[in-house]
Amino acid sequence: MAAAESYPEDLKYHREHDWARIAGDEATVGVTWFAQDSLGELVHFEAPEPGAAVSKDASYGEVESVKAVSDVIAPLSGEILEVNQAVVDAPELVNADPYGDGWLLRIRLSDPAEVEALLDLDAYKQLVAEA
Amino acid sequence: MQTLLRTPLHERHVAAGARMVPFAGWEMPVQYAGVIDEHLAVRRDCGVFDVSHMGQLHVEGPAAEELLQSLLSNDLSRIEDREAQYTLLTNDEGGIVDDLIVYRLERHHYLLVVNAGNREAAYAWLKEREIRGSDVRDASDEYTLLAVQGPRSIERLGLPEAKQFTHAMGEVDGLEVMVNRTGYTGERGCELMCPDEDAAALWDAVLARGAVPCGLGARDTLRLEVCYPLHGKDITPRTDAISAGLGWTCALEKKDFTGAEKLRRVKEEGPSRKLVAFVMEERAVPRAGMPILSADGSSAGEVTSGTHSPMLDRGIGLGYVLTESAAPGGELTIDVRGKDRRATVVPKPIYKPEEA
Repeated sequence: MAAAESYPEDLKYHREHDWARIAGDEATVGVTWFAQDSLGELVHFEAPEPGAAVSKDASYGEVESVKAVSDVIAPLSGEILEVNQAVVDAPELVNADPYGDGWLLRIRLSDPAEVEALLDLDAYKQLVAEA
Repeated sequence: MQTLLRTPLHERHVAAGARMVPFAGWEMPVQYAGVIDEHLAVRRDCGVFDVSHMGQLHVEGPAAEELLQSLLSNDLSRIEDREAQYTLLTNDEGGIVDDLIVYRLERHHYLLVVNAGNREAAYAWLKEREIRGSDVRDASDEYTLLAVQGPRSIERLGLPEAKQFTHAMGEVDGLEVMVNRTGYTGERGCELMCPDEDAAALWDAVLARGAVPCGLGARDTLRLEVCYPLHGKDITPRTDAISAGLGWTCALEKKDFTGAEKLRRVKEEGPSRKLVAFVMEERAVPRAGMPILSADGSSAGEVTSGTHSPMLDRGIGLGYVLTESAAPGGELTIDVRGKDRRATVVPKPIYKPEEA
């Protein structure tokens, strides 16, 4: 079942509808409620390998619904520590809980200063309102 | 920007939470609650689709049968009043102008339900070829068509049992409707036709009886699981019925029709490519246009339709491949945006409903 629309306050957002939860020099990343709602029920997460590098604003994988496929964009640069295997096995977790069980990657940040370029909640909400 | 047409049920769709998209010149619901939930509703119980965008052509007159026998691939003389038939409108090359269902209303009066995107082409094709004693008329704007599909659909509508590919006048909650035992999902079900002024009342009645509103997204996944071809993707004016596996709709022994000579030749020589069904052996969703490679890595063809099957929980598709790669059990590779993904040719249908 799809989650209700929400955008947690403790996250940082990327304008390509990705989020990051930052803890020290690590971050957990995923796609926002808006992204999963636009795509519909996800049926596939084409995931990268742990250990690979991701670059801010570049695609690191694909999420796919019955009707459409979309690149997922890294909100920050770093090294992949963990891929959420639960989402690889059951991509619908992203629809059910985009900010919790539906996280996609854990990364070690290579340039923590990049966080400054991300959107806060109000700025992201404004972006969604204009979409 | 082109102005999109709207069916009489547009307000109902929006009120039901539909996401509306452009389709063949129409603004149509692609989904309400979600494609997978809608798909499962049709496989397990009952769903309703607004298919009023489809075209409805009437062919009447003492020469109507003669005209249609010369233009349609299937043998029209095999159906009686209150019966229907799946058939193809073919061109001189044996290509498919449209696939359609013809309903015999009376001896000299036929209704053709054609694809929305081909309504004008099909009408023009027939109109230009009218013969003395035949009249072709486009009645698409006068009627609403609802496809009510699923194992419990007939029971939910309170309609009497009837054979597939028959039609009769009937009644749903006081509304007079034409009840056609046809559909595009492989399930038991019907298509209800009523005048546009009854559309909203009929829609409300069908929903009140428990049908789940379904959009074009589920319509596509449902038809693909049972391998019904989609015109414009799997079959086109440049593909022929024999290669598409639709030879059973062509009465090549019985009569002549447009393109029949070409089709006889393809049948005799054997098609160089065949439209096959396949399932993915790895997690990936095939999409139209992706290259198909044979087991030895050489080019074998191209995907024409692909999706994620909710019933099989894996990628499925249709595509033309070289005949030597077309046998069920054969291994294929689909080039999914540059990544090789394994697939296997399977017999049609990919998914077989329990009872239709």
